Amino acid sequence: MEYFLELFFGGLTRGSIYALIALGYTMVYGIIELINFAHGEIYMIGAFTALIAASALAMLGMDGWSLLALSGVIAIIYSAAYGFTIEKIAYKPLRKAQRLSPLISAIGMSIFLQNYVLLAQTSDFLSFPALIDEFSFMENVTIIGSAELVIIITTAVATAILTLFIKFTRMGRAMRAVAQDKTMAMLLGVNVNRVISATFIIGSALAAVGGVLISSQIGQINFYIGFIAGIKAFTAAVLGGIGSIPGAVLGGLVLGWTESFATGYISSDYEDVFAFGLLVFILIFRPAGILGKASSEKV
Amino acid sequence: MQPVLDVKKLTMDFGGLRALEGIDLQVNRGEIVALIGPNGAGKTTFFNCITGIYEPSGGDMIINPPDKPAKRINKLKPNTVTESGLARTFQNIRLFQKMTVLENVMVARHCRTRSGILGAIFRGTKTCAEEQEMVDFSYRMLEKVGLEGYVNDLAQELPYGAQRRLEIARAMATEPFLLLLDEPAAGMNPRETRELDALITRIRDEENLSILLIEHDMKLVMSISQRIYVLDYGKMIARGTPAEVAADPNVVKAYLGETFDA
Repeated sequence: MEYFLELFFGGLTRGSIYALIALGYTMVYGIIELINFAHGEIYMIGAFTALIAASALAMLGMDGWSLLALSGVIAIIYSAAYGFTIEKIAYKPLRKAQRLSPLISAIGMSIFLQNYVLLAQTSDFLSFPALIDEFSFMENVTIIGSAELVIIITTAVATAILTLFIKFTRMGRAMRAVAQDKTMAMLLGVNVNRVISATFIIGSALAAVGGVLISSQIGQINFYIGFIAGIKAFTAAVLGGIGSIPGAVLGGLVLGWTESFATGYISSDYEDVFAFGLLVFILIFRPAGILGKASSEKV
Repeated sequence: MQPVLDVKKLTMDFGGLRALEGIDLQVNRGEIVALIGPNGAGKTTFFNCITGIYEPSGGDMIINPPDKPAKRINKLKPNTVTESGLARTFQNIRLFQKMTVLENVMVARHCRTRSGILGAIFRGTKTCAEEQEMVDFSYRMLEKVGLEGYVNDLAQELPYGAQRRLEIARAMATEPFLLLLDEPAAGMNPRETRELDALITRIRDEENLSILLIEHDMKLVMSISQRIYVLDYGKMIARGTPAEVAADPNVVKAYLGETFDA
């Protein structure tokens, strides 16, 4: 039973990170029907920024929670700026082009950012400091670590805030309106460009949160982590039903658990086999994803 | 006095097809003006030009808002046109189906409010006051069209006639000085059309609006509009009071075809 719980919380942690990244994919898809393949790179850049910020701040004598918080905030701001800029450079000029063009542009942006970090930083794995302190009350708990607990709680809080934001604020309402009918939203005076920018900023900020937390738990990063995490999170978003926010979270968790239990009970070699096998399985029986609605073609 | 909307020599080409040719049209303050014509005459294209969805190939479109200087709106984007005080509804209903009735109207308050992401996160008193103002204003608009009982229903659950009225309430919430209605009576029964007739006149009087409408229902057009423009194959073939237009041989010809004289 203890082993089961260990795997359960391990999967929950993993799934939370997938969920944080998947939210960015799903929000962007919901608004402009684009798979932002560069989104995984935002997560990676978030992790690198946090590493640089944390190293610099540690030299100034900061430590503990304040160090995590401050380097986290720096990573969020920096990643959000990247997300905003990527949209302006790579997607906005192509908004009226056929659907394949922005997709190719997204893949190009992803490769560009990977190589930019590779050249500007290094191709080696860098060790990432454990920014999340051990809680004293967690000393005797073996099934879940402090870092995992922080990741799960942060994800839950972030998702709750995002849901409230979309439901109850002026910008959230505008986002839903733009997602349903861009032209009509424009005719009601909504500045669609600004809404799209806000979507990229929010999605990127969430990815950065994921990047900082998971790197601090795993302890090492390199330029390639964004690609793998991006593919997994994209899988999670599709699994849950792309375009749906609860779907992204559910998809992330389901994927996390699948991987965790497959690794724990069968073999770690089959982690990806089970993850993508699940995707194929779900898409056969529910092509729109777990929470996705089968969409009829717009007239 | 300057007309609130002054369109001069408006031309719109789609490739080799001339959809509108040299259209002149004025709407004066407080007027209800109708734009009629057979199907495919270019009426909706005309609306699309004015509201910034299409950029016209030639001509000028000038607005005179009541409290601001005159403005040329040829190259403005739709959201800027709306901000300058024009609002429109569509021939086929375009509500945000998955949002509530109140939310639909609140989206239209977007351009008259300011709070952004930071305001939403920190929830200052200013943001809260603004949110309350949005709710109050939107509720008032819904009362005007008699939908105050449906505020929390999803837009897609409303009966057809109510959806049409919601579109009008939503357009009104952008605080326009000129309201463009594209076939507001389409699909309505005679009783609903009579109610709409009263509603349009009432909001014009209460909100100090001018109204330009496209309509096929001749009874509605004749009873509420002060002036009528008739469009056929992208050209303005007649203009004048309802009586003048009804007697114009060009109009009869456009609608009924040539008469045969043996």
